[in-house]
Amino acid sequence: MDLAYTAEEEDFRARLSSWLAAVLPTLPPRPDPLDWPGRRAYDCDWQRRLHDAGYADVHWDASPTQRLIFLEETERAGAPYVGANFVGLLHAGPTIAAEGTREQRERWLPPVLRGEEVWCQGFSEPEAGSDLASLRTRAVRDGDAYVVTGSKTWTSHAEVADWCELLVRTDPEAPRHRGISWLAMPMDAPGITVRPLRTLAGSTEFAEVFLDEVRVPVANRVGAENDGWRVTMVTLSFERGTAFAGEVVACRRTLGEIARAARRNGAWSDDVLRRRMGALSAEFRALWRLTQWNVSEAQAGGGPPGAGGSVFKLRYSHARQELYDTAAAVLGPDALDLGREWNPDRLSSLSYTIAAGTSQIQRNIVAERVLGLPKGR
Amino acid sequence: MDFRLTDDQKALKAGVREMLTARFGPDALRAAVASGRLDRALWRDLGELGFFALRLPEESGGVGLGPPEAVLVFEEAGRALLPGPLVATHLAAGEVPGAAEGKTVVTAPGGPFVEWLDEADVVRGDTSGAAPVRSVDPLTPLHRLPDTAAPAAWRTGAAGVREGAPAGPVSEPAVALGALLTAAEQLGSAGRTTEAAVRHARARQQFGRPVGAFQAVKHLCAEMLVRTEVARAAVYAAAVTGDPVEIAGAKLLADEAAVGCARDCLQVHGGMGFTWEAEVHLHLKRAWVRAERWIPRTLAEEVEAACL
Repeated sequence: MDLAYTAEEEDFRARLSSWLAAVLPTLPPRPDPLDWPGRRAYDCDWQRRLHDAGYADVHWDASPTQRLIFLEETERAGAPYVGANFVGLLHAGPTIAAEGTREQRERWLPPVLRGEEVWCQGFSEPEAGSDLASLRTRAVRDGDAYVVTGSKTWTSHAEVADWCELLVRTDPEAPRHRGISWLAMPMDAPGITVRPLRTLAGSTEFAEVFLDEVRVPVANRVGAENDGWRVTMVTLSFERGTAFAGEVVACRRTLGEIARAARRNGAWSDDVLRRRMGALSAEFRALWRLTQWNVSEAQAGGGPPGAGGSVFKLRYSHARQELYDTAAAVLGPDALDLGREWNPDRLSSLSYTIAAGTSQIQRNIVAERVLGLPKGR
Repeated sequence: MDFRLTDDQKALKAGVREMLTARFGPDALRAAVASGRLDRALWRDLGELGFFALRLPEESGGVGLGPPEAVLVFEEAGRALLPGPLVATHLAAGEVPGAAEGKTVVTAPGGPFVEWLDEADVVRGDTSGAAPVRSVDPLTPLHRLPDTAAPAAWRTGAAGVREGAPAGPVSEPAVALGALLTAAEQLGSAGRTTEAAVRHARARQQFGRPVGAFQAVKHLCAEMLVRTEVARAAVYAAAVTGDPVEIAGAKLLADEAAVGCARDCLQVHGGMGFTWEAEVHLHLKRAWVRAERWIPRTLAEEVEAACL
C-alpha cells in the first residue's frame, strides 16, 4: 500500500503543472455551452496545444498513473476538459489502437491526437439503449462497401463530428451478440441525416441520426465481421474505467466552493446541511482513493479497466447528483435561476446514472460478473 | 504509486485469516455467545501471533510494522467477529505490561461506553460511576459512563471541532488510531456479510430458481459490494496517510458499510436472517456498537465539514 508517487511521476506532474500555468492564460474565451460548433473549435484548439506540448496521447500511451496525474493536474488548474473530443480520445481512439490494423491506426489516430477530427458514438438506437445487443441498423455487403440503413439515437457530438463509431448488424440470422460489426463511418457520406436532440440541460450534445443506404467501405470495419460486440466491450470498459477520474477532483473543488457560499449566506449554520457537506467530503475523498486503487490494479494488470470501473461509476454517478442537490439546498430559492452557478451542472448531473450504462445495468454487471450471481431477471 | 497490497501484506492477512478460521470458527463463535466470557487462551494465542505487538519496534519485542498492517489484521478480526477489547489492548501494547503478549486484557472508554469492563485486567482512563447496561450486542458487554465522566472528545461531537483543519478530538493520536482500527473491523464485517449474502442468494431456491437470479436481490448484493469497496479504499488510504481528517472520513464510510451490509445481508436471508440461527444479527449488532466508538457519525461529518 503505497500512495507516494515516484520521482519520475512527480517530475511529470511538475512539468505538466508549469506548462499549464503558462498556457492557460493564452487560451481564447470559452464559448457558450450551447454553441456546439464554437465548442468544437475551442476543444480542438486545446487538443492541438496538448499535442504540440507532447501530452496528446496521454489517454492512450501513458501509464495509468501518469494519466491519473494528468487528469488531476489539468482539473486542478481549471484547464478545459476533452469536451467534443471525448469519443475520439476516450472511446473510438483506444478501440482502434487496440483492435485496428496498422493502416487503420495510421489513418484515424493522428488526426484525433492533433485535434483535427472529431468522432461521435453511434451505438444506441430507439429500441436498443441499455439492451444494446438488440440493435437493428442493418449493413448489407455490396462489393467493397457496406450499405447501411437504420437509425441511431443519443449519438453524442453528431452535430459536429467527422466520424462515427458505428455498430451495425451484419448477420441478422446469428445470435444477437454475434452478428454485429464495428464500422468507422464518415459523417459527410450521402444518406446521413442528423437531427439534434435538446437535452434536459438545454444543450444539443447528442442527436438522432438517420441512415438511408449509406455506403461505408469494408476497409472501415475494425475487427472481424460479426465480431463487433467484443470490440465494443473493449470500448465500454474504457468508458467505465478511469474516464471520470478528473471529474472527482472537480467535484471536490466544487464542494469547497459550495461550502464557502454556505458560510457567506448563512446556510452553514444549518446542522443537517453542514453535516451533509461533511459526508460528501468523505465521499469524494474515498472516490479519489478508489480511483487510485483501480489505477494501481490496471497498472499491474496491463489490460483495460475491469469491473472496478462499474463499482466506481455506480457510486460516483449518485454522489455527483447528491453534490448538486446539496448546492441547490445551499442556494435556496436561487436554485431556480439557471444563470446561477451550479444550476446548469445540476441539470447535467441527471444524465450520470443513465449514460454509459444505467445504474440498474451496472448493478447487474457487478452482481453477475464480480459476485458470480446467476443470470436471470 | 502502487496502492495494492504488497506480497508481505497479503501473506500477513492470509495468515491471520487462517489462524482465526481455525481458532474462531462458527462453533467457537456460538460458544462465545453462549458463555459471554472472553476466551483467555485465544487472547494469548493472538498475543503470540503478534496481534497486539504488531506496531511495537522489534527491539521492544514487537513486530515492527505500521498502521497499514494493523488495519489488515483488524479487518480479519472484524470479519471473524472476534470478541473482546481488541483495540484498547492493541493501543496499550508497550505501555501496559502483558498487553503486547496477550497476557493482560486492557479496556478503555472509546466513547460514552466502556466495553468488557468486568473482564478486563487493566482499565485505562476514568470509568468511575460506570453502570452496566443490557448491551445490544451479545458479544460485547457494555458499561455506560456518567455524562460528566466521558472525555470531552466523546461528549461534544460538534462542539469539540474547531473551524479549519485538523479538528479537535480527532487529532489526538490515540483517538485517531482507535478509530482507524475500529473502521478496519467494520470493513472486515462488511466484506463478510457481503459474502454471506451472495452465498445464500446462490443457494436458496424460490420459485424454482436461486433467489440471486432475481434482480431485486441481485441489486442489494451489488450495492453491498460497492459500499464495501469504497470503504476499503478509504480505510486503506487513511492507514497509509495517517491524516486525522481522512481517518474520520474513513470511519464514517466503514460504519455505513458495516451497518448497511449487515442490514442487507439480513434482508437477503429472509426469515432466517431475523433469527439467531444465522450469524448476521451478530454482525449488525457489533457494527452498531463500533459505530458509536471513537468517532461517531456526527463527529466525523463535523470534522470533514470543518475542513471545507
